[in-house]
Amino acid sequence: MTMIEAINDAMHVALEQDPQVVVFGQDVGFFGGVFRATEGLQRKHGIERVFDTPIAEGGIVAIAVGMGAYGKRPVVEIQFADYIYPATDQLISEAARLRYRTAGEWWSPITVRSPYGGGIFGGQTHSQSPEGIFAHVAGLKTVIPSTPYDAKGLLIAAIEDDDPVLFFEPKRLYNGPFDGHHDRPVMPWSGHPASEVPEGHYSIPLGQANIVRPGADVSVLAYGTMVHVALAAAESTAVDAEVIDLRSLVPLDLGTITRSVQKTGRCVVVHEATRTCGFGAELAALVQEHCFFDLEAPVERVTGWDTPYPHAFEWEYFPGPKRLGDALKRILEV
Amino acid sequence: MLRNHPGLHVPEPLCRPGDEADFSRFTIPAAGALRRPPVHVDPAEIRDFAFSLVRVLDDGDHAVGEWAPNLRIDVLHKGLRAMLLTRAYDTRMVRVQRQGKTSFYMKSTGEEAVAVAAALALDNADMCFPTYRQQGLLIARDWPLTDMMNQVYSNSGDRLKGRQMPVFYSSREAGFFSISGNLATQYSQAVGWAMGAATDGDERIAAAWIGEGATAEGDFHYALTFASVYRAPVILNIVNNQWAISSFSGIAGGEAAPFAARGLGFGIPALRVDGNDFLAVYAVTHWAATRARAGLGPTLIELFTYRAEGHSTSDDPTRYRPGSEPAAWPLGDPIDRLKRHLIQLGAWSEDEHVSLVEELARHVKESGREAEALGTLKEGKRPPVSTMFDDVFRDMPAHLIAQRAQAGV
Repeated sequence: MTMIEAINDAMHVALEQDPQVVVFGQDVGFFGGVFRATEGLQRKHGIERVFDTPIAEGGIVAIAVGMGAYGKRPVVEIQFADYIYPATDQLISEAARLRYRTAGEWWSPITVRSPYGGGIFGGQTHSQSPEGIFAHVAGLKTVIPSTPYDAKGLLIAAIEDDDPVLFFEPKRLYNGPFDGHHDRPVMPWSGHPASEVPEGHYSIPLGQANIVRPGADVSVLAYGTMVHVALAAAESTAVDAEVIDLRSLVPLDLGTITRSVQKTGRCVVVHEATRTCGFGAELAALVQEHCFFDLEAPVERVTGWDTPYPHAFEWEYFPGPKRLGDALKRILEV
Repeated sequence: MLRNHPGLHVPEPLCRPGDEADFSRFTIPAAGALRRPPVHVDPAEIRDFAFSLVRVLDDGDHAVGEWAPNLRIDVLHKGLRAMLLTRAYDTRMVRVQRQGKTSFYMKSTGEEAVAVAAALALDNADMCFPTYRQQGLLIARDWPLTDMMNQVYSNSGDRLKGRQMPVFYSSREAGFFSISGNLATQYSQAVGWAMGAATDGDERIAAAWIGEGATAEGDFHYALTFASVYRAPVILNIVNNQWAISSFSGIAGGEAAPFAARGLGFGIPALRVDGNDFLAVYAVTHWAATRARAGLGPTLIELFTYRAEGHSTSDDPTRYRPGSEPAAWPLGDPIDRLKRHLIQLGAWSEDEHVSLVEELARHVKESGREAEALGTLKEGKRPPVSTMFDDVFRDMPAHLIAQRAQAGV
């Protein structure tokens, strides 16, 4: 199963299991979404549970907050994460704080799905990674899968969660794993162990990282597409890296991170988002706080540059296996 | 206004401090002049309602015309009582703010009919998404004053655990949605709530209120779009009290067209109502609620009223408008008008009025004493500081448990 099929399957399961689940957003109804994530949902679950909305991201999230307060469990799609900014007031000031400001009287059990990241020549309006902005907000959960298996299990967990969850989907991984070697043929998900997706209901608890490659020399903290880049970098450099897929930024599995860094003594953080105030800064600070006396080298960050995402130069912007591999070699020399 | 040179038109009110109050630009139609259409009317047939004013009480305090709701005397008494109680509560709360017992307050003086008449025209189970100055909804729904005061004081009895500024009430039980300081956010949320109810075949409807200034926010336009598209069972109220802090209604676009006319482009029935006329507000709200419950979709109501006092205790309105303006407001005071109507009906007297005002003042004072015994912002008991870390998420995550320990609470 591809990641897009796994995401679609997760919504089928959620709609089947809980009559309060509703799915809506631009183009998600009849057409099934521009990336086909909601294909067949309306046909199977009816037009009142899966429907198209006006092009108004702020409105879509506001409607979700209101429906959530009513007692529904809305799952909404923002077509590209780049378009989420009109909805930030509803996400940051409303959804994130409704439980707090009412002392638990109301809450926002909403899931906001959105494709993010580069690698499809989307230029600066179809490539951004805004996860750090939302991870910074008290009251929001931020989840990012890296495989079909995780995508289904994490999305079901997100939908079942009573807190507002931003579920960012690495769109470059929708139809196949991508390790950053853009000049090689596209790989399919078939044959990849994590493309074996069980039927029916299962969930992966939010806040549990996954060690996708055990290693002894350096801990690589990654999520989304960068998990595959990290594996490729470890392979191409022959560095014995321990690659940790964080899966969710909030809640964060700090225990797995600190145990790993205490073992390896070195840490490289990798993400596609711009560097300054990115989530990598938080990870580096946490590692410094908790593992200072175990560290044999300063924590390194490999990230997108502090520029908007360019169209023609996206592979120069994208932190691929070469840049990460260089960092791995460099940190071992310290 | 004609211009003889290209340039920026920055709207200005007709008068400023030092000038005589001037409401000459308002056309006030006679009470009873407008017809009352059936609830299933095609919105296209009542476009004129967005530019006129539904009025029921005439200058002789009679209820006239097709919109007269023929309410039972006990409902009129309940309305008068709730409006008087709202005013007495506001008066007391401003005094305690001046005494330093809380940080801030906002009165609804002159606008009491907007909330109270709506509350009585709606079912108690309907969900309200208010903005500031609809405390009358809670009071008309008999919500305890002490609970409201505890919130104003952020004291140990505050169900919101001292997290919200004063007047940012919330009561799920009273159908009063949590107030947000980010304006207009509740407007589109109300439409979402109504869509949820429609999906379930629930008979309850939603009602939302917004100030005329906040109609400029994106959420106002999202709300109208979604309400229109999905025919949500919602009443969208615009409280045009003429002033958004120091900005007169022209700055929000009220000079170009009435706020009610915003509904026309969405195909939503849009009515302008004399917001200081209890009977008119009741009648139009009830009409809109009947429409919504019948599956006919949303209604937009502009309540034409006047903010008789400052925006808040932090505001001095004499800095930006004539001091004589509140007294010159041509639509009068909602409490006085309902009182005179009841007297005209032979169902009320000056003596009964005086003793009711005294009774309510005593009630407010006693409630105040009860609330202050639970603490004020400056003195007495507060919620435990450790609760600061509760309710960020349903279950407290590890990093907040660690931070709570670090805070030593």
